[in-house]
Amino acid sequence: MKYAFFPGCVSRGGCPELYPAALGVCERLGIELEIMEGASCTGAGVLQEKNQRLGDTLNARTFAMAEALGLPIMTICSTCQGVMSQAHKRLGDDLAYRGEINQVLAEEGLEYKGEVVVKHLLWILVEDIGLETLKGFITTPLAGLRVAPFYGCYIIRPTGALGFDEHPEREDSLERVIETLGADVVDFAGKTKCCGFPILTINERNSVDMVANHTIDAKGLGADAMVTPCPLCHLNLDGFQPKASAQRGIKIDLPILHLPQVLGLAMGMDPKSMGLSRHIVSTKKLLSRVAVSA
Amino acid sequence: MEVTLNVKRFDPESESSHGYFQEYSLEVEDYQTVLDALIKVREEMDGSLALRCSCRAAICGSCSMRVNGHAKLACKTKIKDVATLDQRVTVEPMGNLPVVKDLVSDMKPFWDKIRAVQPWLQTNGPEPEEEYTAKNEAMLHLTGVMSCIMCGACVSDCTVLEVDKNFLGPAALAKSYRFVLDPRDESDNERLGRYSQYGGIWDCTRCMECVQVCPKGVAPMDRIMGLRDAAIVAGYTNNNGSRHTEAFTESVKHSGRVDELRLPLKTFGMFNFPALLRFLPVGLRAIRRGKMPPLIHKAIPGAKKVKRIFEKVEGTR
Repeated sequence: MKYAFFPGCVSRGGCPELYPAALGVCERLGIELEIMEGASCTGAGVLQEKNQRLGDTLNARTFAMAEALGLPIMTICSTCQGVMSQAHKRLGDDLAYRGEINQVLAEEGLEYKGEVVVKHLLWILVEDIGLETLKGFITTPLAGLRVAPFYGCYIIRPTGALGFDEHPEREDSLERVIETLGADVVDFAGKTKCCGFPILTINERNSVDMVANHTIDAKGLGADAMVTPCPLCHLNLDGFQPKASAQRGIKIDLPILHLPQVLGLAMGMDPKSMGLSRHIVSTKKLLSRVAVSA
Repeated sequence: MEVTLNVKRFDPESESSHGYFQEYSLEVEDYQTVLDALIKVREEMDGSLALRCSCRAAICGSCSMRVNGHAKLACKTKIKDVATLDQRVTVEPMGNLPVVKDLVSDMKPFWDKIRAVQPWLQTNGPEPEEEYTAKNEAMLHLTGVMSCIMCGACVSDCTVLEVDKNFLGPAALAKSYRFVLDPRDESDNERLGRYSQYGGIWDCTRCMECVQVCPKGVAPMDRIMGLRDAAIVAGYTNNNGSRHTEAFTESVKHSGRVDELRLPLKTFGMFNFPALLRFLPVGLRAIRRGKMPPLIHKAIPGAKKVKRIFEKVEGTR
């Protein structure tokens, strides 16, 4: 099983713990990776505010690079996945548009033929590896741990671009993975809502209010941790949780784990190698419980 | 099929102000909608159930409500498509709007926002003898946004309105897009200036809830993005939102990736000390944990090729 790995900006930037955790987990799962060092940022929906065609051209370039490698793309960020999926749909629906974009790519000797597959690690677990097979890799079941899922908008909406019709299992994939790792799912209304990150520097109070709502809700329902396939959600839910605490005047203290970290814990990987000591909300108490349950 | 409707009840005259859920089990046909089922409940099982509907054909926009947690037109939603494996459907009133009774929402805050964007043609010159006309081609791209039936589904599920009632919201902003992009309207600058302030286009989180729940394909968030672009082009750039977009785009243009350290600095403005001070504790905490991007921002290999794409495509739409 081999993928062209699109790590995204944040896994080696603001969330430097995510990249090694993802590499470690993939190695254990027998996923071979060809890292796409020359691929650009997807635009994250921000660049698309100014110019969608420009964003689609950058993503078509990444798709063409993966096609040249003959590999499907693996992402580890809900935002990267969603923005690429949307570009993928537009370039698939409108062949004239794709033709125009290919003219720009031709100068670099690239052509996007429309055949690339783009999948988040979360979907790879469910669709390509399979949850039964995943079970076989688990050495430290997270029994007794109550984990709240938090998807990140772009991997859940709009469903039309994300292939939910062909893959209805994508809708609750995160819950199924949490269950497979032996943990209990804490279901809560906020799991598919916005973490607030995109407006953090524009309307901080609203952004932090969203962090407060989701973390307090999950905690109130008994969550020991929250897990997200999106590093941008992680940045806000973890990094701004102390502010959310102050804004509401209550202690929250809910560790926010990246998807590869929670996988790694269940596969017996060293927490330090996955950067679990780098979080703003301490994971110490949580880790002691994982060790105990092991 | 036998289905159980789990319906949120609320009676303003009752002592318990929070409401409660009530279950109704009934037989429905495969072709029947949530609205058909609710009407059956009201007519045959419980005459006290309040709901609002009119056309029953997804035209009037009266029967928006939450079905299994998301806003939908009850008349356009078949029971068999939304029933859970144990044949249950949860029905609640819309979110982000006050409830009058049971499934009936008070639309006043919705209409107040629509009015606030002045949804009428504003022109400067003398009135024409007949009507204001526009070329077909100039209006074609607005047919999508003009399909809005004012049902309020987008407002119901807007994640920003959940935390800030001051936000103009997806429906009103989509409506305003329709006038900003209308070649006959001459108030574009005033409109864009107003929307560039707190509560306007830059407060949207781009969460796409509105795109997902709109029953008419209006894609309100995409219209808000269109307004952002129009506002930047019109020169309304002295705000965090447009500085963020510009800085993000510049960063990708020159290095192929986002410069996460400098992005907030450029968004606030290098000399906006109060804002920078506010973020300082978060930054210090991150540094202490080793949770930060490299100080020296490195370009991706072949960044020049990315820059060439920018130069080629930037001017086009």
